[in-house]
Amino acid sequence: MTDTLDLLALYLPLAAPLVAASAAAVLPWRAAAWAGVAAAAGILGAGVGLATTVHSGPAVTGGLLRADPLTAFMLVVIGAVATIACWAGVHHLADESAAGTATPATARRYLILVQLFLAAMSLAVLADNLGLLWVAVEATTIVTAFLVGHRRSRASVEAAWKYVVLCSVGIGVAFLGTVCVYAAAVAAGGDGDPSALDWTYLTGHATALDPDLVRLATGLLLVGFGTKAGLAPMHAWLPDAHSQAPAPVSALMSGVLLSVAFYAIWRYKAITDAVLGPGYTRTLLLVAALTSLTVAAILLISQRDYKRMLAYSSIEHMGLVALGTATGSRLAMAAVLLHVLGHGLGKAVAFCGAGQLLHLSGSSRIAAIRGLAGRHPALAGAFGLAVAALLGLPPFSLFASELGIARAGLAAGQGWAVAAAFALVLVAFAAIARHGAAMLLGAPDPAPAGAPVTAPARPRAMAIVPLAVGLAAATALGVSLGPLHDLLLAATDTIVQGR
Amino acid sequence: MTDQLLDLACGLLLLTAVGVLWRRELSALITLLTVQGAALTCIAVLLAVEHRHAETLFVAAVVGILKIGVLPWLLRRVLARIPEARETAPLVNIAASMLAAAALTLLAYTAARPLVDLAPSPTARAAPVGFAVVLIGFFLAATRRRAVSQIVGVLLVDNGIAAVAFLATGGVPLVVELGVSADLLLAVLVLQVLTTRLRAVFGGTDLDDLRELHD
Repeated sequence: MTDTLDLLALYLPLAAPLVAASAAAVLPWRAAAWAGVAAAAGILGAGVGLATTVHSGPAVTGGLLRADPLTAFMLVVIGAVATIACWAGVHHLADESAAGTATPATARRYLILVQLFLAAMSLAVLADNLGLLWVAVEATTIVTAFLVGHRRSRASVEAAWKYVVLCSVGIGVAFLGTVCVYAAAVAAGGDGDPSALDWTYLTGHATALDPDLVRLATGLLLVGFGTKAGLAPMHAWLPDAHSQAPAPVSALMSGVLLSVAFYAIWRYKAITDAVLGPGYTRTLLLVAALTSLTVAAILLISQRDYKRMLAYSSIEHMGLVALGTATGSRLAMAAVLLHVLGHGLGKAVAFCGAGQLLHLSGSSRIAAIRGLAGRHPALAGAFGLAVAALLGLPPFSLFASELGIARAGLAAGQGWAVAAAFALVLVAFAAIARHGAAMLLGAPDPAPAGAPVTAPARPRAMAIVPLAVGLAAATALGVSLGPLHDLLLAATDTIVQGR
Repeated sequence: MTDQLLDLACGLLLLTAVGVLWRRELSALITLLTVQGAALTCIAVLLAVEHRHAETLFVAAVVGILKIGVLPWLLRRVLARIPEARETAPLVNIAASMLAAAALTLLAYTAARPLVDLAPSPTARAAPVGFAVVLIGFFLAATRRRAVSQIVGVLLVDNGIAAVAFLATGGVPLVVELGVSADLLLAVLVLQVLTTRLRAVFGGTDLDDLRELHD
């Protein structure tokens, strides 16, 4: 039964950011920035609202949109991470305009693009039509291009160029895969049916789809959406884009956009596994998982830039998500979904903290930050705890989810893959811990090379609040899932059972 | 008659893709791309007429306006602002590129086999041409060093996918096609602005100069 309130929750994740984007065009930037925070909270609220309806009942549908438990869960992830990122973004913009690097016009453009970015991600998870899902994912590339290149320095223009070209070409492959799936649906009797590219239609008619064509399509889809999800070897754009974007945008790109791309893979996996059995996608995903973890571990060891360090950590975590998805059991998928939420929160806090570090020190080199704990204890605490969360230390939820992914892999007889993957995770752990410890505790240089000539800036006390909220959420999630428990299991069933 | 026209349009689609690899003048690339857009529109119109399908005719009109009109116009504006008119030294020379195009076309016919086997209609049998154009687009984007050449590569990939969609399925649903067209237009607008910025900060659009970021 779909009542008015459910329909409202269905359209709110699209409407709220679009309204906030229009508001940013007319309001002063500070008011518009807070409107953006409200829109992000609106997405979170709509996710929670939809979750209460769909976790036991049927999906909510309206027009082209459809919300099942997996959609509701992804809206919670997008809303939670976006709330932190937009909140931190208010302080980011205040810092930038105080330093004279942002004008009211650039602040306005930033706010409009961030809200359009949120709307595109919401559309991606709400679209029932898989073609529309593709359109939304490609739209995220377009709206974030100018956010990546906003500084107009050589590095940021280079990053933006590579980002748009590599992601457009990569996601193009996914569209070719989508067309192949559509061709299979048309051949299976969906000709003339406008819903033949809907996920619900495809999962319902999976057994009628041609296996050879679906095999071709699956390969194309994994490469295409894998590019956008940052899986190696298609990851080349990621460290550049994530390190050049403004910190709150990096938080969104790393914390949720990668997961939204992975969401597309989960949706297709439900279809292809029904046609081909789980072996085919499992092999492809295991290769992607181990390659991503290897690339991340190797490049983390010699990393000299802390924003790039966080970017490679995202590749590492997407590798783990790929590993869990490859296992594909109920336990594995539940752990993967929890991992996505925990990683989103941890990465949002870490990137927003890194943005404040960059503002204070003027350099993104690890060597330029020494003895942070002594100088800025609050910021050091937030950044350090976020890195600890990303390392998978208890009490944060990534500890539980990594354990879950490993256990599920072992139970499914993939011991060798789990052993190799976690050996690589250990290497990454050591590398990040060494860099993090040097930044927080290392002895400060008497005259740091990258220090600004003017009097050292002081962090804004209020800027710590969104980071603290994010850490509190990540901790709470690690201690107890609480009301999320039912939603997580229902979302898991959506993927595993394809309905 | 329709079948022959369709074959002609598909042949033109592949030929223009190979031509893009062959020519070095950037303005010639844009002309070839315009012809390819016309061939693609032709395919869509023929299919619409054959199936007496008004929706496909509408899609064909959108595709035509975008690929014969708007996109070439945007690319020529980019070209007017940058002095480099030629692809000076592609990573792979022209002769080798021609061989690669032949190899990629063979690969496309092998890879697209399931698509042809599934629906052995005359139109679906031509679908591998679209795959070949996609692969040639990748090759172009990977081996050329001018910003405009890379944009042309991205557009070739898109033309190829659109051709596969028309030939194998009669076109994706209208709402998807409109979304894809809007995305493509915006992506080219973004790349146009970025090309201008590249030139402003690097003093040229040679992509080999992009080496600020590395590990």
